[in-house]
Amino acid sequence: MTSLILKNLTLPNGSGADIEIEKGRITQIGSLSGSGIDCAGLQALPGFVDVHTHLREPGFEASETILSGSRSAAAGGYTAVMAMANTSPVTDKAEVADFILDAGVRAGFVEVQPIGSVTKGLQGAELSDIQGLSESRSKVRMFSDDGVCVFDEDLMRQALVAVKAFNGVIAQHAQDPTMTVGAQMNAGALAAELGMAGWPAEAEESIIKRDAELAEQTGSRLHICHLTTAGAVEVVRWAKARGINITAEVTPHHLLLTEELVRGYDSVYKVNPPLRRLEDTLALREALLDGTIDVLGTDHAPHSREKEECEWQNAAFGMVGLEHAAAVLQEVLIQSGASWERFANVLSVKPAQIAGLEHQGQLSVGSIANIALIDPSAKRVIERQTNSKSVNNPFAGITLPGQIVHTIFKGRFTVKNTEVQDQL
Amino acid sequence: MRHLTSIRELTKDAAISLLDNAQQLSQVNDREVKKLPALRGKTVVNLFFENSTRTRISFEVAAKRLSADVINFAADSSSVSNGESLKDTAQTLEALGADAIVIRHPLSGAPKLLAEQDWISASVINAGDGSHEHPTQALLDALTIRQGFGLSQDLSGLKVLIVGDILHSRVARSNILLLNLLGANVTVAGPGTLIPAGIEQMGTTVNNSFEDALSAKPDVVMMLRVQKERMQGEFFSSIADYSKAWSLEGDRLTMVGEDALILHPGPMNRGFEISSEAADDPRSQVLRQVSNGVAVRMAVLYRCLSGEQL
Repeated sequence: MTSLILKNLTLPNGSGADIEIEKGRITQIGSLSGSGIDCAGLQALPGFVDVHTHLREPGFEASETILSGSRSAAAGGYTAVMAMANTSPVTDKAEVADFILDAGVRAGFVEVQPIGSVTKGLQGAELSDIQGLSESRSKVRMFSDDGVCVFDEDLMRQALVAVKAFNGVIAQHAQDPTMTVGAQMNAGALAAELGMAGWPAEAEESIIKRDAELAEQTGSRLHICHLTTAGAVEVVRWAKARGINITAEVTPHHLLLTEELVRGYDSVYKVNPPLRRLEDTLALREALLDGTIDVLGTDHAPHSREKEECEWQNAAFGMVGLEHAAAVLQEVLIQSGASWERFANVLSVKPAQIAGLEHQGQLSVGSIANIALIDPSAKRVIERQTNSKSVNNPFAGITLPGQIVHTIFKGRFTVKNTEVQDQL
Repeated sequence: MRHLTSIRELTKDAAISLLDNAQQLSQVNDREVKKLPALRGKTVVNLFFENSTRTRISFEVAAKRLSADVINFAADSSSVSNGESLKDTAQTLEALGADAIVIRHPLSGAPKLLAEQDWISASVINAGDGSHEHPTQALLDALTIRQGFGLSQDLSGLKVLIVGDILHSRVARSNILLLNLLGANVTVAGPGTLIPAGIEQMGTTVNNSFEDALSAKPDVVMMLRVQKERMQGEFFSSIADYSKAWSLEGDRLTMVGEDALILHPGPMNRGFEISSEAADDPRSQVLRQVSNGVAVRMAVLYRCLSGEQL
């Protein structure tokens, strides 16, 4: 295999350069002789890393498979995704994790790294085989019961202690279940008008506060999934100021969409945690700009049509997001004056660190060639259908900036000229 | 106007014009032959996922007085209980020729969903959904208030007090919206646990004392039907305690102004949220509300199905 040269691209620091790739690695960056693929006008970034993806396999293949989710991820500029544990069977033991790992390798579009569940069967009662998962071929480093909160405080403390041995991390879905029985949407005036049970902000904030204190006591790493409220931002800010080992994530939808969309009772906007007020969205954006929030996590949550075409209360929570995350981040970060280096940090470098993925989040000589190339000048109206098997897409019809032109995973094009490359 | 799922869909002019139509149509009820040919050949389906004999009958009488064919579909005793989706049920009814679907549903938002998704093209009329809205109830209440005060346009300046379980009440929500649209001042009163946080933003003040609210001399006192089983435990200490604090009876009835109106959407729990003395008081409008219900529903059905005003 001969070398591949990407010509005339822009690096995250804003300088122009060419990149040479050989045998899956970046071999040279600079002004290179020889011809190659013209990337003039394209922004080069380390391939994106999603710390929060639901691939639905095994168990819910009608909604998504590891292959379809991987294709969607590649189309969105990703080269790695962390697969959430709420599959069937739940990823609470090594065999399930290794099944997902292997299926990811077979699919070949992105690095698929399984997340282990914190508790057996996501039941919140007994710890999963955390050590076994960490010592499996998958070397699981991130654990989460996402979809449900690890509510038992002592169990949460034990989990934090258990992952400390191998520098693992617990990713918490912060939601006090006793305050959110039957909750359908953000609590407040709109929920009052629409006649639905609300989801108070305190249900999220109280758990983050509690877990930050546990992380402080245990000295373990804590990651908070999908922050949604202005108050949650304040709690994370406080915890970081205290030096607690905490990181926080925000989703594309919570950065862009608000509870007003619930008015039509269209279940495409039903999500856990719920869309919040405009004030919350603005606080999240500010926190992402100032670094209180570390990463963008998609919470890509595909659901089949049957689970969406029904009354709001009977519909499933969740929305797809892999193919629009970069566009939303460009809208939020770049158009607010932040740098592409910050963009790369939020979508790639920091997520790779949190997840413990050593071959991701780098764009330097010698590193594995995982690269996303964006045309930042493009504008597009989002279509409902993506490469995901599911169409619960809340961004449909919205105009967003940027277009993923090429995605390169381990030196090979998974997306070329905006087309997903199935002949890998 | 093709659908009516929420008072939010109405402008002030549209609401007043609906009330005017209903006022004219109410005269049909006094004729010997209580029938107009306006909707001959049209089919109206009453799709009830929740039992409500009164509302269903009211819509049925309204449709029949306009010469429409009426099909009653009680969804709790049909294929729906076998897992058929709302979409399939609605499409099936449309395939049977339904021009309008009058829907009662225990879940908030089901009528709006049916109207806004492109599943069917029939008109959708909300006959009460969860704790969201009951727009024809608010319209019949507004018509009753207009008649009670001899008004012919809006309700500006009138003070309306709504009392009881606001949290679970679709009647309260539709009334708050419509009364605001028509220029009335609205206050809701009830125990704090039964008033949803943020309800003020819909256009109402909140009072947690019945006596205090009555001392402001409201022109209309609207009592809500209260579900007794909700009044012990999470929301209130006991049924008896609720009745003691929130029933319209005795001294409270004497606090109601001589020219004020007492409304109740029915069916009443006599002796619980309202005493017989209050229910049978000359100021009580309960039966007029029932007859106005037919007139309002005739106007809504006609407007949705013909696209014209009468």
